[in-house]
Amino acid sequence: MSVRTAELLMAMMMGVFSIYLMFKSYELPVGWIEGEGPGGGAWPFWLSLVMLLSCLGIIFNWIRKVGPIATSDKVYVRADVLTEVGAVAISLIVTVALFSIIGIYGSLPLFLIFYVRFLGGHSWMLTSALAIIIPVSIFFFFEVTLKIILPKGYTEPLFIPLYKMFF
Amino acid sequence: MFKSYRTFTKLVCAIGASAILVGLPAVGHAWEPIKPVEFVVMAGKGGGADKAVRLIQSIIASEKMAPVPFTPINKPGGSGAEALVHLKGKTGDNHTLMFTLNSFYTTPLRQPGLGIDIATFTPVARMAEDTFLLWVNSDRKDINNIEDFVKAAKAKGSNWIMAGTGKNSEDNLLTDFLNKAYGLNMKYVPYKGGGKVAKELAGNNADSTVNNPSEQLGFYEAGNTKALAAFTDKRLPLFPDTPTFKELGKDYVYYMQRTVVGAPGMSKEAADYYRELFTRVFNSDKWQDYRTKKSLQGDLLTGDALMSYWKTEREVHRVMLKNMGVIK
Amino acid sequence: MLETLGLLANGFTVVFEPQNLMLIIAGCALGIFIGAMPGLGSVNGVAILLPLTFLVPPTGAIIFLAAIYYGAMYGGAISSIMLGIPGASTAVATTFDGRPLAKQGMADKALTAAAVASFVGGSISVVLFTFFAPPLAHVALVFGAPEEFALMLLAFATFVGLGGDDLFKTLFSISIGLVLSAVGFDIISGEPRLVLWDITGFLHGINFLILAIGIYGIGEMLWTVEEHRLGGGKSMLSDATVTVKRTLANLRELMTTWKSIVMGSFLGYFVGILPAAGATPGSLMAYGIAKQISKNPEKFGHGALDGVCAPEAANNAASTGSMLPMLTLGIPGSPTTAILLGGMVIWGLEPGPRLFVDHPDFVWGLIASLYAANLFSVLINVAFIPVFIRILKTPFTILAPIIFILCLIGGYAPTQSLHDVWLMVIFGIVGYLMRKLDYPMAPAVLAIVLGPLAEPALRQSLIISDGSFSIFFTRTYSGPIMVAALIFLFLPLIKIVYVKLRKQYA
Repeated sequence: MSVRTAELLMAMMMGVFSIYLMFKSYELPVGWIEGEGPGGGAWPFWLSLVMLLSCLGIIFNWIRKVGPIATSDKVYVRADVLTEVGAVAISLIVTVALFSIIGIYGSLPLFLIFYVRFLGGHSWMLTSALAIIIPVSIFFFFEVTLKIILPKGYTEPLFIPLYKMFF
Repeated sequence: MFKSYRTFTKLVCAIGASAILVGLPAVGHAWEPIKPVEFVVMAGKGGGADKAVRLIQSIIASEKMAPVPFTPINKPGGSGAEALVHLKGKTGDNHTLMFTLNSFYTTPLRQPGLGIDIATFTPVARMAEDTFLLWVNSDRKDINNIEDFVKAAKAKGSNWIMAGTGKNSEDNLLTDFLNKAYGLNMKYVPYKGGGKVAKELAGNNADSTVNNPSEQLGFYEAGNTKALAAFTDKRLPLFPDTPTFKELGKDYVYYMQRTVVGAPGMSKEAADYYRELFTRVFNSDKWQDYRTKKSLQGDLLTGDALMSYWKTEREVHRVMLKNMGVIK
Repeated sequence: MLETLGLLANGFTVVFEPQNLMLIIAGCALGIFIGAMPGLGSVNGVAILLPLTFLVPPTGAIIFLAAIYYGAMYGGAISSIMLGIPGASTAVATTFDGRPLAKQGMADKALTAAAVASFVGGSISVVLFTFFAPPLAHVALVFGAPEEFALMLLAFATFVGLGGDDLFKTLFSISIGLVLSAVGFDIISGEPRLVLWDITGFLHGINFLILAIGIYGIGEMLWTVEEHRLGGGKSMLSDATVTVKRTLANLRELMTTWKSIVMGSFLGYFVGILPAAGATPGSLMAYGIAKQISKNPEKFGHGALDGVCAPEAANNAASTGSMLPMLTLGIPGSPTTAILLGGMVIWGLEPGPRLFVDHPDFVWGLIASLYAANLFSVLINVAFIPVFIRILKTPFTILAPIIFILCLIGGYAPTQSLHDVWLMVIFGIVGYLMRKLDYPMAPAVLAIVLGPLAEPALRQSLIISDGSFSIFFTRTYSGPIMVAALIFLFLPLIKIVYVKLRKQYA
C-alpha cells in the first residue's frame, strides 16, 4: 500500500468516526438554548463537524494531489517493518488481554521473554533475569510503596500471603 | 538430581497448599479482610466526600484498626453513575466499599438504564449527615435576613445568580425549593465542586449559594461571607444566630448523607466486620472532632436501620425530582 | 517587609530541624522518582503518601508532601526528555523540544537545562510568593468563569502555529482533542455525554494521560521500533555522554536562554495562582510565548533549548503559585493541591483567609520548605543526570519492553481501570499510523488538556450573561486577557498583512 492510498483511507475512516461522534453528541441538545447559551451536546457536535470538514479538506487535497503525503508513492509500511511493529503491537494487545486472566505478574514476564529473547535476540540468562527482576520491582514500588493494587486475575490467591507480609 | 527434584515437588506442594489454605476463609476466626480494601469515592478529588474518605483512611491506618490498607479510588463519572456501576459489577465481593452522597438516590432515579437498585447494596454505616445553609457575600450590607434576601433577589429577577454544584444536584434541589417557596426567579449556574462554588460567592461572581458549612467555613471565618438560614431541624451549634427555615415558617429540611456502602451480595460475616469497624471509626476522637469542626449532624446508622433510611430518602428524592420535572 | 523576613526566618528554623530536613530530602528524592514514571505525577505521589504523614506533626507532614510535589515537577521533565512521554500534564510542553534534543544525542543538555530552569522558576516564584501573597489572593478570588475562559483562549492563541504545515490536519488534531475532552459527563446539564458505544468505562471521560501516554509513549515507541529497524545499526535511544567539558558548554549555552527562563517563571507564577488553571496552561503558554519572541521560531519542535527552559521554569513556578489559592482561599489550583487540601483537613487546619493569621508557623514553615525543596530537588536531579544518560545507552531491545511496561502500568494507575489501558493501546497504534501520514499530535494533546477547562467556563459565562458574548469584554480582568488572546490569535495574519504592506510601499 502506498502512502497516498493510506492517506485516503485514514481520512475516510476518520470522517466516518466524526460522523459517529456527531450522531452521538446529538443525544443532548446541540443548539442555542435561550438565556443559557449552547446546549450540552453543542461543543462536541460542532467540533465533530469541524473534524468532518477537515477530513473532507484532506480528501480534497488528495484529489488535487497537493502536499507531500498526497503525492507520495512510497510504501506506507514496509513488509519487514510491518512484521516487527505488528509483532510488538500484537504482543502488547495480548499482554493487556492477559491482565485480567493471569494478572500482570503472569503476563509481564511473558511479554518480556517474547520481546527480549525473540525480538531482541538476547541470551536466556539476561532474559530470565529481566523477567524476574522487573515484575518484582514493580510489586515493591507500585503495590507495597504506593499502594496501587495492580490487576491479578485468577492469580490473586497466590498474593494473599504477600499482602500479609508487606501490608 | 533426584533429591533436588523431590525438594522441588515439596516446594510446589507447599506453595499450592498455602494458596488453597489462604484462599479459603479461616475457620473458627471472625472474618477479616485478606487483601487491600478498595474504597470507591463517588465524587472527585478534593471534594467533601473525598476529604472524609482520606480522613477515614488515615484513622483506620493510624489506629491500626484493620490488618490491610484501605485504598481510595475516585470514580466521579456521570454523577456517581460510574461508581454505582462499578460496585454493581463487584457483586459478591468482600473487599469493595463505597462512600456515597445523595446522588446515591438521584442518579439511579434519573438514569433507570443503569439498572441499579440501591436496595441490593450492603448497608454498612452512615457516618454523618452534612447540612446546608443559604449564604451571601458580606459585602451585601443590605441583606441581613431572609426578608432582605427575598427583596433583593426579587428586584434582580433572573439576573440573581445562584451558584451550585451541577444541574439536578442537591444544590439545584434547594434552589428550586427557594424559588418556589418565595416566588423567586434566581438563575442557577452549575460549577464543578462545592469549593469552587464557595469561592465564586466570596469573589462576588455569584449572588448566593447553598454550600455545606465545610465548604464556606474558611471564607465565613474570615468575614467574607455570611449565612442567612439553615436547612436543618434545629439551629447548628456553629451558627447559633442563624435561624432555620422551619423557624421562618417553611417546613423544609434537607441533609446530605455521608455513608459507607458495601458491594451488593457481600457475605454476612464481612458486612458484620465492616459495621463493627466503622462503628469504631465513628467513635474515634478524630472523627468526632471532624464532625464538630465541620458542623456535621446525623447519628450513626447501620444495618437494617440504614437500609430503611435509604428507602425513605429514595422516595423523598423521587417526589422532589418529579416536582422539578426531571423524572416522570 | 521586615516582618515578612522575620516570619520567613522563623520558617527556616522549622525547616532546619533535623527531622524536617530529612523529610525534605526523602520527599524530593521520592518525588523525582515518582515524577519520572510515565503516568505517575505529583498527584499520585501526594495522594498515596498522604496517609503516611500522620506519623509526623502537620508541619512536618506538609513539608514532606511539598517536597514530593516539587520533586515530581523535576521528575516529570526526565521522562519527557528521555522517553518523550510526559509523566504529567504539566510536562507536556517539555516533550516538544526535549525529546528532539535527546534524539540528537544531547539528552544531557536538555536535562541540565530542565533542571536549571526549574530551579530558577521555583526560586523566583517562591520569592514572589513570600512577598506578594495577600494582594494576589484577591485577584484569584475575583477571577470568575469569564476570566477563566479568556485565559484558556489565550493559552490556545499562544499556540497558533504549533501544528504542522497541513492546515486541515492541524485543525483535525485540535478538534478531535476537544471532542474527546467532552466525553463522559456534562456538568452544566448534569447528563452523561458521548458515552461511546455505551461502554461504561467512558463515563469517567478520557483522561489526558491516557491520550498522552498512548500517543507519546506507545505510539512513539512503535515509531522508534520502526526507525530502529530501518536504521539497522542504531541501537540506543540517545547516545549522549556526560563530561565536565560538555556540562560547562551546556551551562554556557543555557545562559543565552535567560529571557525565556525569566519570562516562564513570571508567567507560570501568575497563571499558577489562578484557581482551576494550575501549572499546565502556564507551561503551555510559556512555550508558546517563548516561540513567539524567539529569533529562530522555526527551531522550535526540532530541539530548541528555549523550548525546554520556558515551560520547565513555568511549571515549577506555577506549582508554587497554585499553593496560594489553596492556602488563602481553600481552592485548589491543581489536582495535587486538591489532595494537599484534603491533607490539611486531616491535620485539623482550616485553609482560608485566616490561615496566615492563625497558623503562621505552618504557613511560613511551608514557604521556607519550598525554598529548601527547590534546592535539594535540583541537587539530587543534577547528581542523577549521568545515571539517566547511562540508562539511555541500554540496548534498545532491552529498554523498549521496559518502557512499554511502564506505559501500561502508567495507564492503569490513575484510574485503576483496564478500560483505560485498552484505550491507551488503541490511541498508541492509531497515533502511530496517523503520525506516518504527518498528522500533528501536539495540538490534540493540548486540546484535551484545555478543553475541559474552557468549555464549562464558556457556558457558565453565557448562562450568567443570558447568552451575550459581551461579558468577556466588559469585565476588569477578562477584557484585557481576551484582547491579548485575540491579538495572539491573529498575530500570524497581522504579520502577513504587515509584510505585504511594507513590500507595497517599499
